[in-house]
Amino acid sequence: MQALYAQLLVGLINGSFYALLSLGLAVIFGMLNIINFAHGALYMMGAFVAYFLLNLGGISYWWALLFAPIIVGIFGMILERTMLKFLTGLDHLYGLLLTFGIALIVQGVFQNFFGSSGLPYAIPDQLKGGMNLGFMFLPIYRGWVVIFSLVVCLATWFLIEKTRLGAYLRAATENPTLVRAFGINVPRMITLTYGLGVGLAALAGVLSAPINQVRPLMGADLIIVVFAVVVIGGMGSIMGSIITGFALGVIEGLTKYFYPEASNTVVFVLMVLVLLVKPTGLTGRAA
Amino acid sequence: MPETAMAEAPAKAATGGNILQVRNLEAWYGESHILHGINFEVNAGEVVTLLGRNGAGKTTTLKSIMGIIGKRAGSIKFNNQDIIRATSDKIARMGIAFCPEERGIFSSLDVRENLLLPPVVRPGGLPLEQIFDLFPNLKERLNSQGTKLSGGEQQMLAIARILRTGASFLMLDEPTEGLAPVIIQQIGHTIARLKKEGFTILLVEQNFRFASTVADRYYVVEHGKIIDGFSNAELAANMDKLHTYLGV
Repeated sequence: MQALYAQLLVGLINGSFYALLSLGLAVIFGMLNIINFAHGALYMMGAFVAYFLLNLGGISYWWALLFAPIIVGIFGMILERTMLKFLTGLDHLYGLLLTFGIALIVQGVFQNFFGSSGLPYAIPDQLKGGMNLGFMFLPIYRGWVVIFSLVVCLATWFLIEKTRLGAYLRAATENPTLVRAFGINVPRMITLTYGLGVGLAALAGVLSAPINQVRPLMGADLIIVVFAVVVIGGMGSIMGSIITGFALGVIEGLTKYFYPEASNTVVFVLMVLVLLVKPTGLTGRAA
Repeated sequence: MPETAMAEAPAKAATGGNILQVRNLEAWYGESHILHGINFEVNAGEVVTLLGRNGAGKTTTLKSIMGIIGKRAGSIKFNNQDIIRATSDKIARMGIAFCPEERGIFSSLDVRENLLLPPVVRPGGLPLEQIFDLFPNLKERLNSQGTKLSGGEQQMLAIARILRTGASFLMLDEPTEGLAPVIIQQIGHTIARLKKEGFTILLVEQNFRFASTVADRYYVVEHGKIIDGFSNAELAANMDKLHTYLGV
């Protein structure tokens, strides 16, 4: 039974990363209509920025949770201003190819300097150790990742669904020309939205660093699963991305317990089934 | 009638100084040349209507003024400031508001969010109580999804949301299109009341019977040019011509 709970916890942790990453992808797709293949590389950059902050600047994990998303978010905004904005109105394929190229370049640069092996990033002292819950042993850092991710996801959902700024974002997703004609600077809003989505990826990277180590290909390993999560949840759906992210993490964890051979493919099998039954995803809109 | 004379002829109906002056306005959709030198002006406090057949260039004229047509040339002066190169968000912040033909109600927003979406760009906008006084239906449906409203209610919402912003110059594109006569009458009353409140309105209409109940002056648009213009007092005398222009 302990093994089942342990796999459930692993599933929840993976689900946290899936949710944070797919949420960023959903925000970017909703606003920019771009399938951001660079998301995995930006997640990796978040982890590397945390690593540099700690090792070069002595800046702790806690500050890295704030600074890494900001730094990588600014990098993302520069990408948007200098490249992605020229894709407005073009077929999705162009965005996919451009962001895929960006991902390859960023990963290549990091691989060139740091190789493929992982760099260690220690768990902060305050989150070391674990708790015996009676039915399982819970490492504190892993519990923190799940709770913090959930809070960030819900805060992002609240921002987009329940605030004036979110109303601007949702309206601009539907009709950016009209929203701009109301006096709102839509191009600036698009840049900031891309920065927000990228910042979420970088935040996931910082959270992941103490668990998975810091590796140039850490994003490449994850991004395909995250895209499957987004497709299942529905492109552009905020709550769909969050729920599907956590749910698929758990399903993956349970599969590891009950039928380990299928644990790497279960998400893709589900994706195929969802695409056959509901091509727009469980909660999504047509692309 | 030559266009320059056209632009000046109806000015006698003016109720204030020029608030909008359009000169030799040209506009393109991609390779298609749509406007071929539009000239007209609107005076403060007036309701001016652009009449014309489908595809004549009326909507393109409004969109060009609003800055949402990519390629424009000529001169558009609003309060003596040339806005031909300004982006649409800057134009909106100068005090011009646009209500599009398709109404532009956002399906992902409820009525309250749709209503509060356009930011207040300057003081002097109508407070919500006054807006609900004009459109009582909206108050009852604040939590409904915007696109779940009837066509008439959506039109009211589309007009209502630009009244909050403080913009004093409103451009309404076919506000009566597809609406029942009783709703058209209500829209007419609203426009008349807005005029009394001091708003300046540029209206695009194909329904000149409706326009005649609210407009001070008319311009007729054909093939991307203004081909005629007259005041409301001259409407009866120009009715035959107007029937020919509009093909009714």
